[in-house]
Amino acid sequence: MAEIENIISVRDLVVAFNGYDVLKGLSLDVKRGEILGFVGASGGGKSVLLRTIIGLLHKKHGSISVFGQNLDELDEDARQALERRWGVLFQQGALFSSLTVRENIQFPMREYLNLSKRLMDEIALAKLEMVGLTADVCKKMPSELSGGMIKRAALARSLALDPEIVFLDEPTSGLDPISAGEFDDLIMALSETLGLTVYMVTHDLDSLHTVCDRVAALADGRVIAQGPIEAMLAADHPWLKAYFHGKRARNVAAGRRSKH
Amino acid sequence: MAADAFLSSTLDGRRLIIAPAGEWIAQRAGEIEPLVDAVVRERPQVERVEIDARGLQRLDTVGAWLMERLRRSWADAGINTQIVSLEPRYQVLISEVAHSNLKEFEHHRPIPPMRDALEHVGKGVADSVDDFEAIVRFLGNVMVAAGRIIIHPSHFRFTSIVHHLDTVGYRAVPIIVLINFLIGAILAQQGIFHFSKFGAEPFVVDMVGILVLREVGVLIVSIMIAGRSGSAYTAELGSMKMQEEIDALRVMGFDPVEILILPKLTALVIALPLLTFIGSMSALVGGGIVCWLYGGFAPEVFIDRLREVITIDTFRVGMIKAPFMALVIGLVACVEGLRVEGSADSLGYHTTASVVKAIFLVIVLDGFFAMFFAGIDM
Repeated sequence: MAEIENIISVRDLVVAFNGYDVLKGLSLDVKRGEILGFVGASGGGKSVLLRTIIGLLHKKHGSISVFGQNLDELDEDARQALERRWGVLFQQGALFSSLTVRENIQFPMREYLNLSKRLMDEIALAKLEMVGLTADVCKKMPSELSGGMIKRAALARSLALDPEIVFLDEPTSGLDPISAGEFDDLIMALSETLGLTVYMVTHDLDSLHTVCDRVAALADGRVIAQGPIEAMLAADHPWLKAYFHGKRARNVAAGRRSKH
Repeated sequence: MAADAFLSSTLDGRRLIIAPAGEWIAQRAGEIEPLVDAVVRERPQVERVEIDARGLQRLDTVGAWLMERLRRSWADAGINTQIVSLEPRYQVLISEVAHSNLKEFEHHRPIPPMRDALEHVGKGVADSVDDFEAIVRFLGNVMVAAGRIIIHPSHFRFTSIVHHLDTVGYRAVPIIVLINFLIGAILAQQGIFHFSKFGAEPFVVDMVGILVLREVGVLIVSIMIAGRSGSAYTAELGSMKMQEEIDALRVMGFDPVEILILPKLTALVIALPLLTFIGSMSALVGGGIVCWLYGGFAPEVFIDRLREVITIDTFRVGMIKAPFMALVIGLVACVEGLRVEGSADSLGYHTTASVVKAIFLVIVLDGFFAMFFAGIDM
């Protein structure tokens, strides 16, 4: 398989709701193997972009290519095959509430793969342990889990088919700082172990500093800047200044300085 | 690719060399797993095992786990087992899966069917006792809340009651009218058809009148309302419970029973007798029309005969029952709604339970009323 440098490439994307353009000609590239952090104001269209790439929303025009294949040109089967190569972690986890954690993780395997019961049990447990959960979580229902455990279990489910890309929608929101930090470490470790490309929508300045190789910022329906976090800090777009040099950002930066 | 190509093993003196090859990925696991198991089953007596990963083209978690399973089957017996010539990029993955599945998987033993069945029955009995207790306790809560309203009439939620009266009462009128009309018509038709064999057609009016006013009117309306409004109450309260809205009310110092439940119950207790009245009248009209068209006695005759056989008591019996039916439906619906927990599954379960239990209790209650009214000669 030829290695494609840009694993996701979005060109001139326009997405509209009720005649109002939320994304106005947005272009973005994600490179193979990187962890991209995507930031932007609440309600600015970060999740809209994510949901458009994974096919939950329709675009007005523009093109989206994933793994070098234009999503518009794929027929149903090719599209499904492609969808198997990515995993999505929704903001609230979106675990199926009527299935146990193990059944949740096994769900995509059961549908797409031909594995024996024993192997599926072992793989489900291996995935759970990879995301830092223990065997006793297997039999629990999602409603019995804490917020952090739900995110981890949902991550395990999104990794069920060994995807090449994972999309994470605010993975650390709603977690305490310790769990959020652990989750960041986990994402880094997994991306290294499994060779994952990670596309992460986040508001967490800490994760942007620690895990992201590159950061892209969305404002006014376009990507206004992208590059490593240092470049973001040096940028002088007013929104970026407010975002990365606001009061909360300064606290994070101060914390980092005192740590080092 | 031939299936054998995935795995080959050669015995070299006291050393076993196992060579996985090709793509060890999830899509191929169905073919690879039996091969792994076969090699493990053979298990020649050896001192050393080498897993030579030279021929491996691709590896994912599933493949890595299968290799780990291979390794473990000898390593656990204390035999020196090594994975050699593995591409460095897969090293992390192999060491990652080496940490998983360390504890023996606990397979829960199946329960013998007889015990399972007995357990079910036992649980069912215990649950119905719990249900009864819950409803009685809840009725107590409602009474306390009602008492508070009587002391502080300003807390009375008039708007909310009107809203609920609209949804459970006014909007239910068309379907109640229709269904009771049909029931009345069917009763009359069946009566005429069978009574005519004895030449007793005039008694059809007695039957339709008494049956509709005493039993059928109120029962049909109650069952309809249990399905229509009871389920809605359960679903509404249940989803509020899931979204922690009820907890939010409580922490703001409000009593959810007073704010959410009392208006619902009050509306139901007012609406059900009204609907019963409308429904019974509609059933009588249905019966009357069938008597006229099918049985051949004119409307005046039908009405005269009704006047003769129906006493005010017959009418009262039906109407007295209505508010009690409403109370039972409302209580069951609210109790079930507040029992909903986190999942969508639970919401579905309790909504079903609400309707089934409400209908069952309505019929049981009707039986008690029948005994009571017989006892007081009504």
